[in-house]
Amino acid sequence: MNYLNENIDSLNKKLANGSLSADKLTKDTVANIKDENKKLNAWITVADDAKPAENLDFSKNKLAGIPIGIKDNITTKGVKTTAASHMLYNYVPVFDATVISKLKKAQATFVGKTNMDEFAMGSSTEHSYYGPTHNPWNLDKVPGGSSGGSAAAVASGQVVAALGSDTGGSIRQPAAFNGIFGIKPTYGRVSRWGLIAFSSSLDQIGVLTKRAKDSAEILNVIAGSDDRDSTVSEKEVPDFTSFIGQGVKGLRIGVPKEYMSDAVDEKVRAAVQKQIDFLKANGAIINKVSLPLTKYVVPTYYIIASSEASSNLQRYDGIRYGYRAKDTKSLVDVYVKSRSEGFGPEVKRRIMLGSFALSAGSYDKFFKQAAKVRTLICNEFDKIFADNDIIVGPTTTTPAFDIGSEISDPIKMYNNDILTISANLAGIPAASVPAGLADGMPVGFQIMAKRFDEGNIFRVADFIERNNKFYEKTPSGMED
Amino acid sequence: MNFKSTIGFEVHFELKTKSKIFSPSPVTYGAKPNTATNVIDWAMPGVLPYVNKNVYRLGIMVALATHAHILPNTHFDRKNYYYPDSPKAYQITQFFQPLARDGYVDIEVHGKKKRIGIHEMHIEEDAGKNAHGTNGYSYVDLNRQGVPLIEVVSEPDITDPDEGYAYLEKLRKVVQFTGASDVKMEEGSMRVDTNISIRPAGQKKLGTKVEMKNLNSFEHVRKSLAYEEKRQQQVLLSGGRVQSSTRRFDEASGKTVLERVKEGDADYRYFPEPDLAPYHISQDWVDKIAKEMPTSAEDRYDEYVNKFGLKPYDANVLLQTKESSDFFDKAVAAGADPRLAANWMNTQVNGYLNDNRVSLSDIKLTPEHLAAMIKLIKDGTISSKIAKKVFAETITKGTDPKKYVEDKGMVQLSDTSVLQPMVTKVVDANPQSVEDFKNGKDRAIGYLVGQIMKQTRGKANPKVVNKLLNQELQSR
Amino acid sequence: MKITEDTIKHVAILSRLEFDDKELGKMTKQMGSIINMADQLSEVDTKGVPETVQVVDRDTVFRDDKPEHWQDREDLMKNAPAKANGFIKVPVIINKDDDQ
Ligand SMILES: [Mg+2]
Ligand SMILES: [Zn+2]
Repeated sequence: MNYLNENIDSLNKKLANGSLSADKLTKDTVANIKDENKKLNAWITVADDAKPAENLDFSKNKLAGIPIGIKDNITTKGVKTTAASHMLYNYVPVFDATVISKLKKAQATFVGKTNMDEFAMGSSTEHSYYGPTHNPWNLDKVPGGSSGGSAAAVASGQVVAALGSDTGGSIRQPAAFNGIFGIKPTYGRVSRWGLIAFSSSLDQIGVLTKRAKDSAEILNVIAGSDDRDSTVSEKEVPDFTSFIGQGVKGLRIGVPKEYMSDAVDEKVRAAVQKQIDFLKANGAIINKVSLPLTKYVVPTYYIIASSEASSNLQRYDGIRYGYRAKDTKSLVDVYVKSRSEGFGPEVKRRIMLGSFALSAGSYDKFFKQAAKVRTLICNEFDKIFADNDIIVGPTTTTPAFDIGSEISDPIKMYNNDILTISANLAGIPAASVPAGLADGMPVGFQIMAKRFDEGNIFRVADFIERNNKFYEKTPSGMED
Repeated sequence: MNFKSTIGFEVHFELKTKSKIFSPSPVTYGAKPNTATNVIDWAMPGVLPYVNKNVYRLGIMVALATHAHILPNTHFDRKNYYYPDSPKAYQITQFFQPLARDGYVDIEVHGKKKRIGIHEMHIEEDAGKNAHGTNGYSYVDLNRQGVPLIEVVSEPDITDPDEGYAYLEKLRKVVQFTGASDVKMEEGSMRVDTNISIRPAGQKKLGTKVEMKNLNSFEHVRKSLAYEEKRQQQVLLSGGRVQSSTRRFDEASGKTVLERVKEGDADYRYFPEPDLAPYHISQDWVDKIAKEMPTSAEDRYDEYVNKFGLKPYDANVLLQTKESSDFFDKAVAAGADPRLAANWMNTQVNGYLNDNRVSLSDIKLTPEHLAAMIKLIKDGTISSKIAKKVFAETITKGTDPKKYVEDKGMVQLSDTSVLQPMVTKVVDANPQSVEDFKNGKDRAIGYLVGQIMKQTRGKANPKVVNKLLNQELQSR
Repeated sequence: MKITEDTIKHVAILSRLEFDDKELGKMTKQMGSIINMADQLSEVDTKGVPETVQVVDRDTVFRDDKPEHWQDREDLMKNAPAKANGFIKVPVIINKDDDQ
């Protein structure tokens, strides 16, 4: 079973009218994933024993019986959860993440755990202990990252939806590279309980789907307050699907000049400009705005994210769970050898950078200064949002790059995220919707909104998607 | 050369909650290893801290009791270090902004009063425990991981070991009377780290600090500080330099022993805890807590001496622990005469506790029992002699005093219509006593009282008998 | 700011990581260029600017002090690499390191 032409509504209809059984859907899905995985390596764990929930209620639960992929940094009780690390190669959680409990209540079906960059650190899914994922549009290209497995699985029609996590663009960038929709909700919209922490003040769970409406359906289920996470907002969660099918007349849209500069690939800019023109033609008000601190967002982000990560990843010490090095003679040996053998090079680099930034003598110059610049970055967004409803631009500076082309140059890799990380620093919601193709590879159109205003993102994404109908395209790598 | 000592204390108190600070695991003492733990205590991937309100409440009580200034904008921070009993490899504590600052306790040493400043106090989580085997392995138990602590850091106001001892006693008492902690050193609910530096008199700059951690008793604290004072003086007098170090007190020799030399400060890479939102303490909440807080030992002393008329000594004995003071207060609240209650508490009850090596919570006697017994004595229902029997019964078996006295027919005989004929008879039978009485020999009456008591098997009310005998003898 | 191999060695100790000579050289070079990039932040005037360490819209909500039993010890122990008699087993701890 392949979902290239399906969505949650179409599947729900078939399940409800009995033309498709949930059991068959599950079985076919798993079989297809296993088949496709040889080519794409989008999954770390495939649930051979996947089963739909009991007493499925198709009228009450839109997600009833619908197979969903879960990024492998979201804990699933009884199902191996590795964060794509050797460190957790054998780790089986004894509890469910809050998003998993909520999806279970909504009767979704779990079919496996998707590939990613180790501990979500990376933008290409090449930094996985389980090997790189391939882009379904061109198998020699990266799918982006860190939620590259989720993005490739959705783009190739293996599942209609997958959960991802976004710390600096890890949902939006792979969504852009794979020609699908991906949303990072407002920080505090979705509980992080059960999300394996990379950077606690930036991490947010989100959704990747072909259609914006499908993401709205899933966000409806997973959003909302949770006692287990005291950083989640208690704000009421609107019905996100209610924003689907509206127009954009009168909508005030800011376009930062820094996002459309020469640093962005010309063909990417052209595809994005086409969407902006379309919005304008339909009554949106386009304003030129500026985010002058854009050139500092990469260092700000890498200092803050790595500092938090260096602390969050200290628990992987070989003592209570996960990988413990063999032939250790002392406690220090257990720590140092387990960590040195258990973590990959990118994770080590970030731990080192974070430990350095927090260490005596560096704290004020690096961590504290980055935290202050973060305030200024937030202020810049506040200023623009005083006169604009949304901010748009490209999601990435280029389409997907070749596997192996950037892995040895961390600075080049980090600069990939320049257009996506501001949303994480400011805690605002942001999404990527397909804008078109550049040299045969998808281009993402990024939409950012005010905190807790995911509604306007869905409104605009859906409007664009209904016009360019990118979802009707089949990834070129899947045509065989 | 004269030297001046500067002594500091970091005292950790376990806050008395039912569940841990950042996870709902129960707080237990002596449970089987790792049975009072959950995924948060184990720092499993994906868990987040989950704050217990009562920890703040008890912490605020300690701050109020030590007259500290509560900082309303609170936030937690991470202190990073690796150790097997620290599962996250960081401790959640309050580093950049503590719960409260600038408190004090008043002490009295050798008749001199002194105010000792408290620099700050912060809330944090305890670590687990490691047991060290002899087979090349250590064993980790995470039951204690996440037990809430408040760390109280003194100002460098303390200048000799006796003051240090007095400070600890006072701090313990102040905290104990809030009810926020059990303050038991033997169970680890109060843990003392101390540091001392010396410098030549007249020198402003403080000397090099030597630390001593986890001392077993206040006496050990005093002894180790006294030893360190002398040792450091000798080092300086012989031209040496005191090393920045951690030392341990050796009980057998009474000396301190070098554990390790400190090279520079440890690098804990403190930074604000991103998993927990800030918390703003409202003045309303602080006021509410202040109202609910148990009365301090100082205020209770005032009440005992000035309102109840207890002797200062008796008041102090009652106030030795919150438990005994609470027991006394409850007995008084149940209607006991305060002076009689204090007397019974400090002699009979304490005697029983000492003889049997038990504490108030172990015995069957309740404050209500004590009050009932004292009422029976006061209204003449039982004699103090009988009362001792009643007390023995109640404290061991928990028998209700009134019911016991009635069931056993121990009620005192005070009825003059019964006693008068006996008095007449005994005076008739002892003419010599009448003679003696007339001659002013008071002893005579004692003999006659004894006769009546014998006849009534001790039940006659001695006051009534005395009165009747006096009347009878005078009428002869 | 010059990043030396000694700096990297010190940070590696803090991070409980070890690198052989080849890795150390590479790490020193890479960290050098990353920290160089981070050094640009000092160009930004942040005088009087407060730090943002979180973008949360609410105060921490407290839990009532009610003990709960979530997992049995056996469940928690399932992932432990070495255990004995209900304890987690580790090579003998001699002393807390100086930086603890
Ligand atoms: Mg301390
Ligand atoms: Zn402490």
